[in-house]
Amino acid sequence: MQKVYNKILSVTGNVITVRAEGIAYEELAEITTSRGKSLAQVIKLDRDIVSLQVFAGSQGISTNDEVRFLGNPMRVTFSDDMIGRIFNGSGLPRDKGPSLMENLIEIAGPSVNPAKRIIPRNMIRTNIPMIDVFNSLVVSQKLPIFSVSGEPYNELLARIALQAEVDMIILGGIGLKYDQYMYFKNTLEEGGALSHSIFFIHTASDPIVEGLMVPDLCLAVAEKFALKGKNVLVLLTDMTNFADALKEIAITMEQVPSNRGYPGDLYSQLAARYEKAVDFDDAGSVTILAATTMPGDDVTHPVPDNTGYITEGQFYLRNGRIEPFGSLSRLKQQVNDKTRDDHRAIMDGLIQLYAQYNETEEKRAMGFRMSEWDKKLLKYGKLFEANMMDLSVNISLEDALDKGWEILAECFTPEETRMKTDLIKKFWPKEK
Amino acid sequence: MNKTKGTIIGVNGNMISVKFEGNIIQNEVGYAITGDDRLKSEVVKINGNIAYMQVFEITKGLRVGDAVEFSGEMLSAQLGPGILGMVYDGLQNPLNELAEMHGFFLKRGVILDALDFNKEWEFTPVAKKGDIVQAAGVLGHVPEGIFEHKIFVPFNLQGDYRITSIVGKGKYKVTDTIATIENDRGEKQDLTMYFEWPVKLPIEFYREKLVPREPLVTQTRIIDTFFPVAKGGTYCIPGPFGAGKTVLQQVTSRFAEADIVIIAACGERAGEVVETLREFPEITDPRTGKPLMERTIIICNTSSMPVAAREASVYTAATLGEYYRQMGMNVLLLADSTSRWAQAMRELSGRLEEIPGEEAFPAYLESRIAQFYERAGLVEFENGSYGSLTIGGTVSPAGGNFEEPVTQSTLKVVGAFHGLSRERSNARRYPAIHPLDSWSKYESIIDNKQVDYAREVLRKGNDVHQMMLVVGEEGTSIEDFVIYLKSEFLDNVYLQQNSFDSVDGATSPERQKYVFSYVYNVLTNRFNLKEKDEARNFFNKLRQLFIDWNYIDMKDDEFKKQEAKITQLIEEYSDNAEGV
Repeated sequence: MQKVYNKILSVTGNVITVRAEGIAYEELAEITTSRGKSLAQVIKLDRDIVSLQVFAGSQGISTNDEVRFLGNPMRVTFSDDMIGRIFNGSGLPRDKGPSLMENLIEIAGPSVNPAKRIIPRNMIRTNIPMIDVFNSLVVSQKLPIFSVSGEPYNELLARIALQAEVDMIILGGIGLKYDQYMYFKNTLEEGGALSHSIFFIHTASDPIVEGLMVPDLCLAVAEKFALKGKNVLVLLTDMTNFADALKEIAITMEQVPSNRGYPGDLYSQLAARYEKAVDFDDAGSVTILAATTMPGDDVTHPVPDNTGYITEGQFYLRNGRIEPFGSLSRLKQQVNDKTRDDHRAIMDGLIQLYAQYNETEEKRAMGFRMSEWDKKLLKYGKLFEANMMDLSVNISLEDALDKGWEILAECFTPEETRMKTDLIKKFWPKEK
Repeated sequence: MNKTKGTIIGVNGNMISVKFEGNIIQNEVGYAITGDDRLKSEVVKINGNIAYMQVFEITKGLRVGDAVEFSGEMLSAQLGPGILGMVYDGLQNPLNELAEMHGFFLKRGVILDALDFNKEWEFTPVAKKGDIVQAAGVLGHVPEGIFEHKIFVPFNLQGDYRITSIVGKGKYKVTDTIATIENDRGEKQDLTMYFEWPVKLPIEFYREKLVPREPLVTQTRIIDTFFPVAKGGTYCIPGPFGAGKTVLQQVTSRFAEADIVIIAACGERAGEVVETLREFPEITDPRTGKPLMERTIIICNTSSMPVAAREASVYTAATLGEYYRQMGMNVLLLADSTSRWAQAMRELSGRLEEIPGEEAFPAYLESRIAQFYERAGLVEFENGSYGSLTIGGTVSPAGGNFEEPVTQSTLKVVGAFHGLSRERSNARRYPAIHPLDSWSKYESIIDNKQVDYAREVLRKGNDVHQMMLVVGEEGTSIEDFVIYLKSEFLDNVYLQQNSFDSVDGATSPERQKYVFSYVYNVLTNRFNLKEKDEARNFFNKLRQLFIDWNYIDMKDDEFKKQEAKITQLIEEYSDNAEGV
């Protein structure tokens, strides 16, 4: 039996309270206001006082509006019919398609037993050299893209979505700007990827609380598809907005903030989502890439900081390029010994030389005289940036490795590269 | 005994408030009943007839009015043979067994016995009928892997008891009665091979706690030589993300010369535990010839598992450590990361609406951290034998800034500080323990004077380096420049170590002493070097020879050959007393 109440006791921020009995923790309710219907979720029970966070926000809620408890926690439909569809932060269709109500699954389910996890072993190719060669993305990895606002992190995500070797893409937008949402939609449509994608989109103009559900919705659906054998790539943008929504609710609930207003459980909240990344033995997998904007380019800000402790590395996006320094894939060692003999050597060798180029570039900027070696490095640095770092470069891992050797041969003699002799014999480009 | 019952009157995150009738105990375990699920919870605060309990599971679906059953027992660990090699969650649920029963996911409300109650153990009695025994007295022993697992009189027994019967040598299950005891008042008790002990109470059945005196060799050079750890001591490893805390812990868990290693993966990535889980059974412990897993216990409460159980996990780990120490063993407990444990305390404190301290951590953070590390120690038992529990905890300071409550509270109580620096890890200088900031109060395996001298070289070398950044190489004297090169040499060939290499990854104390004497010789020697380029070339060559040397097994013939090359190079440049 559904319980209906129409006396709202208090409205604070996006949280309302009602007097009700027999309500379960995290149960959903539907609130009918003059503006329409909105979902709300129980976030605290204190005797017969029930606190609910209202997804659509509390604007326009009247004290005698109807609150109807649904008797179940947040659920989402799960079926193949979802593929190619676009939903909002409450899991309802955002496109013009029919609403899907069958086969509802609970979101934010239990975590995977660590004893059932396996050591990651498969690489996901993206055809972006800065990822494939230098920081390979691995199935079941969770990686954030740290960047300041304004960097093309959504463009990068869209490109990865188009090019990554996966069965399915699930895109979760949290506080996504409308034009960015359209960009994703159009890009994936043009690239033909929409047919194996599902979108859960919360835009910047939607009520902030609604964005809180997006990661859970995406990951619950991804997990189910993974159990059915699909390799799913989940893209979340932007997780800083998610953290900010958490902050807003925590402050409304008068929780003691820990650091810059964020709640003390920020780490656990983020970890609960990121740890959904998994490679099921004998089934599929969930891989997570999440844009995390760093307010003020400050990596010690609580959101990127806590994220860094949770994720398996990070990509720094700076000046439109993936930074070779600081970016790290903690799992790359598991896969980059199985690709090509020269993969690790090229990875280390090119980066070391690029580091030297940076030093030389600093010296040059300060007006020091350039030696022959310095000149070689300067030439190398330019070539490296243009052929490897530039985000428009779109080549396979093998081509990128070959390109690496070409750049080396164009700038240096074999000895100067400090590469192992047997690799040089095998891969050094022959004189044309 | 009549068990107390209660009903839920409030739910807030993982905390419930429960109205009860009767008596309850602080830290008592209760079960919140929702549908078919029984959710394990612990009393954390009592006020009148309302108990505040933290729930060790997801609280989704709990209702006001749901029943709570109290158990009459504090949160306890099962102690008995069969713990070694196990993988537990923070509440000592065996994860492999859970996986067999419930597959991929951790089903809510499932509680399994920590020990295998069906396995039979070969029991050899040492106590006899008529003996007077007390708590922690030894009844006999069973073989557990390579160890002799002592069977104790339960630690919670009060007063003197007489053994009225004890079984003979033979095979028994842990639940079988192996002895019957009786006290003066005629109270009888049947004893089995296992019992329970509250995890938050230290096990203190020893004559005396001693000052740690012997080094606990980790086979990591910078630790054993410069910042040693002692058997029964404590140390901490704070560092920003990506500085290599976990790798350092993994290396230590592999190579440390302890009898038993307990890994408490507390609120960190599941993926990291998986490597240990999958690899340890495959790796042979060179000291015993058995799989490393046989001397290892893993307590695994990773970041997405319920937070309250994370809080309990470090106590469970400490209790298991103390239990094996009681058998006279040297136990090493590695907690990764204590910051996540502190955060679990913070979450709970917030829900209890306690007045927050710095960064919203509870005011008792410092004393809790101190109590935890105080569970370590070298102890002497009544029979004159010794056992030790060493605790090493990583700290994950927010923003990598050590001026935060968890790091600071930890530094006050530990005996050694291995501070990891972002600067060193960015420069790929691993292990990234900062040689100038870190410290240890314990005895090194190498003569103190030599170590102090080496440390002085590092300090001076750093000063010179800072100066060179301003005035450039040209403005630096050759004397200063050589000091800088010497400090870089020490850093490159001795402080840095390749933990992924089979030889360089673990340096035995003998080898450390042997190699360090060479390094010391280079540091103190005066070399015949006139020009900076010449000096740089010389040290580059020397460094290369030394690094190659580090990769050669000491038992290999090449070892001596390489040593000869090094000696020759040093001699070549040291024939002039005017050198620098």
